[in-house]
Amino acid sequence: MSTVSELKDATADFLERAGALTRFSSRLLWITPAGFLRPRLLAQQVYNAGALSLAIIMISGLFVGMVMGLQGHDLLARIGSEESLGTGAALTLLKELGPVVTALLFAGRAGTALASEIGLMRATDQLTAMEIMAVDPMKRVVLPRFLGGVISMPLLTGIFVMVSIFGVQLIGVQYFGIDRGQFWSEMRSYVELSDVSEGLIKGLVFGVACSLIAVFEGYNAEPTAEGVGRATTRTVVVSAVATLVLDYIVTALLL
Amino acid sequence: MRKNRAIDVSTGLFVLLGIAAIVFLVTQISNREFTSHGNAYKVVARYENVGGLKVGAPVKVAGVTIGRVEDIGYDMTVFKAVVTIDIDTRYDQIPNDSYFNIFTAGLLGGQYIGIETGGSEDYLKDGDQIEFVQNAIVLENLISKYLFGQAIKETPPGQAPAAATGSPADAGNK
Amino acid sequence: MGRQLGHPAGRGAVAGGDNVAVLCGVNYAVDHKPVLRGLDVEFRRGEVTAIMGPSGTGKTTLLRLITGQIRADAGTVVVDGQEVAGLRQAALYALRRRMGMLFQNGALLTDIDVFENVAFPLREHARLPERLVRSLVLTKLHAVGLRGAAKLMPQQLSGGMSRRVALARAIVMDPDILIYDEPFAGLDPISMGVVMRLIRSLNDALGISSIVVSHDVREIAQIADQSYILSEGQVVASGSPKELHDHPSPIVRQFMEGLGDGPVPFHYPAPDYYGQLLAAGKAAR
Repeated sequence: MSTVSELKDATADFLERAGALTRFSSRLLWITPAGFLRPRLLAQQVYNAGALSLAIIMISGLFVGMVMGLQGHDLLARIGSEESLGTGAALTLLKELGPVVTALLFAGRAGTALASEIGLMRATDQLTAMEIMAVDPMKRVVLPRFLGGVISMPLLTGIFVMVSIFGVQLIGVQYFGIDRGQFWSEMRSYVELSDVSEGLIKGLVFGVACSLIAVFEGYNAEPTAEGVGRATTRTVVVSAVATLVLDYIVTALLL
Repeated sequence: MRKNRAIDVSTGLFVLLGIAAIVFLVTQISNREFTSHGNAYKVVARYENVGGLKVGAPVKVAGVTIGRVEDIGYDMTVFKAVVTIDIDTRYDQIPNDSYFNIFTAGLLGGQYIGIETGGSEDYLKDGDQIEFVQNAIVLENLISKYLFGQAIKETPPGQAPAAATGSPADAGNK
Repeated sequence: MGRQLGHPAGRGAVAGGDNVAVLCGVNYAVDHKPVLRGLDVEFRRGEVTAIMGPSGTGKTTLLRLITGQIRADAGTVVVDGQEVAGLRQAALYALRRRMGMLFQNGALLTDIDVFENVAFPLREHARLPERLVRSLVLTKLHAVGLRGAAKLMPQQLSGGMSRRVALARAIVMDPDILIYDEPFAGLDPISMGVVMRLIRSLNDALGISSIVVSHDVREIAQIADQSYILSEGQVVASGSPKELHDHPSPIVRQFMEGLGDGPVPFHYPAPDYYGQLLAAGKAAR
């Protein structure tokens, strides 16, 4: 088979997937209000996607913050502005590193969980059984998981940034001896409310993207063991790429 | 049902933690020193060059921020930038012959307005015009002035200086 | 939802032309390969109707046509007087609420226990007081003999037990039609006997119509009122178990007696045997 026809097939596949994703997301969007009518289901999924990701987010946040402290101090010491450590770190974490790293971790932990749960239900006919019982699996299974992810992501982002800034402080103030008051006041004078909102908006956007991709892949997984595995892998890969692309787009729009 | 309770509690804790983190970020990290617009009076200053001064830049006296730049416009009739300044009403004893100068924070930092207090017994009130200003220092002008000054030193008397670069408005006083 | 538990059909009673479902001239193809060709099947109300045939003849496809999961390329599928293909989602869901389906692997929801699984349709479709839900669920579980297993999780059940729970779930809304997809597959003789008796007794006691897809000839023979044998997407024989037992057609004979070779060949199509062996021998030399 020539490369050209392979390319054509790949493009056709990609377009078909993109079309399916569009139809899927518009249906999901359409039934979103119904998702809030079942708070118990929703709470369970917020737990599933958010509370269970807390450990990995906080540990990662702490270490990312500490590394930023080390690297940032080293960098700034070369140009003699160590006091700006707090500012530089806070801005970087708030606007870029926080949302992006949280999204990638989220895709790896929660995204795969969502995809494989739904994929497994697909493979064991549970979703079909629901359809036969005249229960819309989109409303019962997919939507709560999607909304759970969307709600959890901004919260996780906020927690990540907060923990990481403490990590920076741990290294900068406790270890390198930067004056604590100066650390925080420098940060306060240069970080704007718009920076905080930028970070949270990104968290929300990434949350929508990663959750959508996860539930889509799970829902359309081939009903076999390998199919579910492939869907899980694809979730992580596509989520990662989507996050980085959206990061650029959102940053460009907000700046 | 016990499992359900545990899940609900954990979820609630998670959501609270998330909201707390966001509140922390908003209040502890970001810049909220001077937000009250209600208790401020306005004065207007005109500059030949505002340089990199931005709206929202602080207005300081003796290093203390007492106001903000509220608006920067351009007056075509007098060819000057018009800067509207909000000053906190707590500080209503600024002499009306004070200098409102544009300074640069640090070597390459943002620009702000620093007030050098004068000796007048009359104080600034809402709507006043500032008489004494010092324009922003534009780096290029500084460099060309330096070069021009060097050229003058090196030419023998009676001849025109060689390094006249013909730069625009200088950084002089009013 | 309150369907009257009236008129038990009883064995042998013909509902006289009153069909609960009819397929007429149905064609269905997957990737240009025909699965069903000109299929004509009638399901009589109040009876147990079996669909039998070799693997891959489209039995499951037929079920999916009845539930409206897929649409026929040609022909009509009428269930309870309604043309399934023409129904919009709301009407389709309304129709499905009157069907119960038992899947091959039970298809219980794995994150909830047995009680909640059986209660699932009730909770989704009706706002009933909890006491009523409890009564209904326990009654249905009792009917399948698993009332004591109400608190177990699906993972803790054996194959036969999970299938019985799925059956309880299928009847919890008192459906008009019960559909069984390979209900006997993979069960030990005892469980098979249990399921067999349940299918028949539920059909008679609840006055419903049952459609059973299976290839377990002996079991079907004991409980079906009418059977259809499909081959290559068409009906090759139909009738009561006795009629099929004496049927002369070779493919029916092969199926009913479990003969290894016949109209359904043993060998997958392959090139000439000796030719292939000799060629392999030549290549080795």
